[in-house]
Amino acid sequence: MATAALPPFEALLDRHALEVRGFLGARLPEADADDAFQETFLAALRAYPALGRAENLRGWLLTIAARKAVDHHRRARREAPLEAAPEPGAEDAPVWDAALWRRVDALPRRQRAAVALRFACDLSYAEIAAHDGGSEAAARRNVFAALSTLRKELAP
Amino acid sequence: MTSLTALTDRVRARAAADGLLDVAYAELDSPLGPLLGAATPAGVVRISYLAAWDRDETLADLARRLSPRVLEAPARLDPLRRELEEYFSGARRDFEVPVDWSLVRPGFGRRVLEATARIPFGSVRTYGAVAAEAGVPAGARAAGGALGANPVPIVIPCHRIVPAGGRLGGYTGGVEKKRLLLGLERS
Repeated sequence: MATAALPPFEALLDRHALEVRGFLGARLPEADADDAFQETFLAALRAYPALGRAENLRGWLLTIAARKAVDHHRRARREAPLEAAPEPGAEDAPVWDAALWRRVDALPRRQRAAVALRFACDLSYAEIAAHDGGSEAAARRNVFAALSTLRKELAP
Repeated sequence: MTSLTALTDRVRARAAADGLLDVAYAELDSPLGPLLGAATPAGVVRISYLAAWDRDETLADLARRLSPRVLEAPARLDPLRRELEEYFSGARRDFEVPVDWSLVRPGFGRRVLEATARIPFGSVRTYGAVAAEAGVPAGARAAGGALGANPVPIVIPCHRIVPAGGRLGGYTGGVEKKRLLLGLERS
């Protein structure tokens, strides 16, 4: 079955900006909610072309927003609660600059999507699995394979 | 609370600054009616007559063929807007904004549009003449097809192509637009 093409990102902003801002406003002080709103949509925009499927984009945006809200809480308390600690594999990830994202674009589709969701959107492996319909273990394998390819390419 | 418009505008500005704005678009006014202009970092990639083409269809097509990172971001279209205003007010003969040819497949059709882009302001050519310049002297009919698919009308001046024998021929946005453009260039 053919998956629907991704709509222009403008349509996501049109349809979901109000709800995302409301979601963040219920969880964060006003100024933080404004910042988290921008972080949410920029992270989504970064990962968007790699998504590959246009299903449940609203749920995907709200998952990212929830992550950004947690980040703000963590920063505000200046201590990371254990359950929000980075997952293994994240700590030694490379520096995510524009040049590295261009290399991500050349990865196989599933790896590209997993990396974008993991590092642009801060999704957990379980959340990545829920989004792309695969297993958590497969999401982990895709990220691991992608990181080892990127490391090889970046090696001096 | 900051207004939602201000918040989304901030997202658009940051997207451009971070190199994430693959396709920016804006609505532009013209004497021919409203236009949708779209530009990539490489240049103007699409001009669409909104009276003839559905806006959402056009945007969905850009998302499918170029990148789904499509945002309404008028700043990138400012040079095009300015040059169109000058053109329609008679103060400009040639467009200087760079054109992104991504929506034109290489081959005969592209050569036809490239030949068309070289026709000076105020002149016209026949379909047969541009076909010949594109390397296929018998390709007048196919040249018409390529011109009808011109993604950047006005700037790539497909209105300057007419049938032999003094008639006006067709135009994607409607033949009255072609008449108006040619009239503007004669005066």
